Amino acid sequence: MSSSFKSRLPEILKKHQPELVKEWGVAQATRLSKQGAISPEELREQSAEFLKRLAKAVETDSTGQIDGAAFDPVKEHLASVSRGRTLQGFTSSETASFVFSLKRPLFNQINKELGSASSEIAQEILAIGDLIDALGLFTVEAYQKTREEVILRQGQELLELSTPVVKLWDGVLALPLIGTLDSARTQVVMESLLQKIVETGADVAIIDITGVPTVDTLVAQHLLKTVTAARLMGADCIISGIRPQIAQTIVHLGVELGDIITKASLADAFKVAIQRAGLAVVKVAAKKAN
Amino acid sequence: MPPIKTQTLPLQGEADIVHARQAVRKWAAELAFSLVDQTKIVTAASELARNAIVYGKGGEMRMAALQDGARKGLELVFEDHGPGIADLKLALQDGYTTGSGLGLGLSGAKRLSNEFDIVSKVGEGTCITIRRWK
Amino acid sequence: MERIPILRMGDLLLVTIQVDMHDRLALTLQDDLTQAICTHVARGVLIDISSLEMVDSFIGRMLANISSMARILDAVTVVVGMQPAVAITLVELGMSLDGVRTALNVEKGMALLRGSLDLEPREEEEDAAD
Repeated sequence: MSSSFKSRLPEILKKHQPELVKEWGVAQATRLSKQGAISPEELREQSAEFLKRLAKAVETDSTGQIDGAAFDPVKEHLASVSRGRTLQGFTSSETASFVFSLKRPLFNQINKELGSASSEIAQEILAIGDLIDALGLFTVEAYQKTREEVILRQGQELLELSTPVVKLWDGVLALPLIGTLDSARTQVVMESLLQKIVETGADVAIIDITGVPTVDTLVAQHLLKTVTAARLMGADCIISGIRPQIAQTIVHLGVELGDIITKASLADAFKVAIQRAGLAVVKVAAKKAN
Repeated sequence: MPPIKTQTLPLQGEADIVHARQAVRKWAAELAFSLVDQTKIVTAASELARNAIVYGKGGEMRMAALQDGARKGLELVFEDHGPGIADLKLALQDGYTTGSGLGLGLSGAKRLSNEFDIVSKVGEGTCITIRRWK
Repeated sequence: MERIPILRMGDLLLVTIQVDMHDRLALTLQDDLTQAICTHVARGVLIDISSLEMVDSFIGRMLANISSMARILDAVTVVVGMQPAVAITLVELGMSLDGVRTALNVEKGMALLRGSLDLEPREEEEDAAD
């Protein structure tokens, strides 16, 4: 861009803001699929704020680049608009169209302002085009970042939901593990289990691995870690749900389970837990016979 | 990216281990690490601070709060000018100790951190860097 | 020099660790406790670590040592109140404190001690043991 070229953009943005907001609003509305998800007032507000910040930015920074500090408020606003659109379920193109649809209204204004100065018009259009493109791309990136955050959060929630700790009886907890036990999951499992031990004052935790597909050395280590952590808090663990194949794998791999009690079924484990608690299950009929 | 803030603490006497723990706890809490993550980095710091004092003949701990894009992190560098470690691989094994410790300090600190880096030269000293990210 | 107080309840000793311990304090506690077990012919020791926000390998070893030394002196040790974050970290660090008996809180710890010592419930006098 030649240094003698002084863009009319700053004054156009300032002078014609209301018309721009109106024309831009129409252009945006036609591109948004979820009609009604964003109210016209909200759209107008977001657009007006954007133009205001953009006007200020181009006034200070005429390099045509958006990396300078002058563009930070603009980018901040774009990031928040983009975030809102992402969470409302709009696509990345729809979200980016917030910025791209500003091109035509701006070009129209340039035309009106410069009338017949064709070479000037060409330069302005190029400059504005580049600027809008850069801002549009920034919006797409912001959209992607938000999506990644959502996915991360959902992954976290899934992890927590898939490791429920239930109270079977006073002092007896059960932790049915479904799926594989990797190190990330083990951390979540340990935290849930220990938290529940504190909350319920449990003395025994039954870790049922019926739903764990394979138990190799790593999984065994993770199980051992969990059992040790519970022990440090005064709760004993019983591992139940050991399928014949798992038992074979454990022996073949030479996995040391130490003195951890293991039972084939959750029911057997529960029996042991109850005995530990000094309780017994009696048939009511026997009581009546007395 | 440059760190958000830094601080250096001396590691000369036993009391410095406690100071180090407290400083790390404070920073980790400010960075809003989860309680478990806070405990992990404080414990790792305790181990490495002790190592620097007991085996490294004293040194310092440099703390740095980091920002990498959207995520925040805490970096701790433990540097001493002690005898250095001859066999790093051996030193990083659980249970290996040249003193009366448990030999879990180095390997433990590694397990408790997201990133672990160690540079050591016999006769010159040791420099250990650990990082935990949010 | 600061010391961690040891309380006496009949033939049990009760210790509550509430400060961020430096190494020397931990070693002093180790000495004081072993001494107290002998002096008072204690049968059980309860160590409450519910206020400890961190247990590293040094403190972990101190607890294991106290437990072993007490055993040699025919006393049972129970460590109570480990915080979840501390337990998870200790395990990650590589310590399992195998020989140390643990309980969730003081109440359970006392029950455990009574059970393993087969003691009759009796009048308990509380004095500070020095």
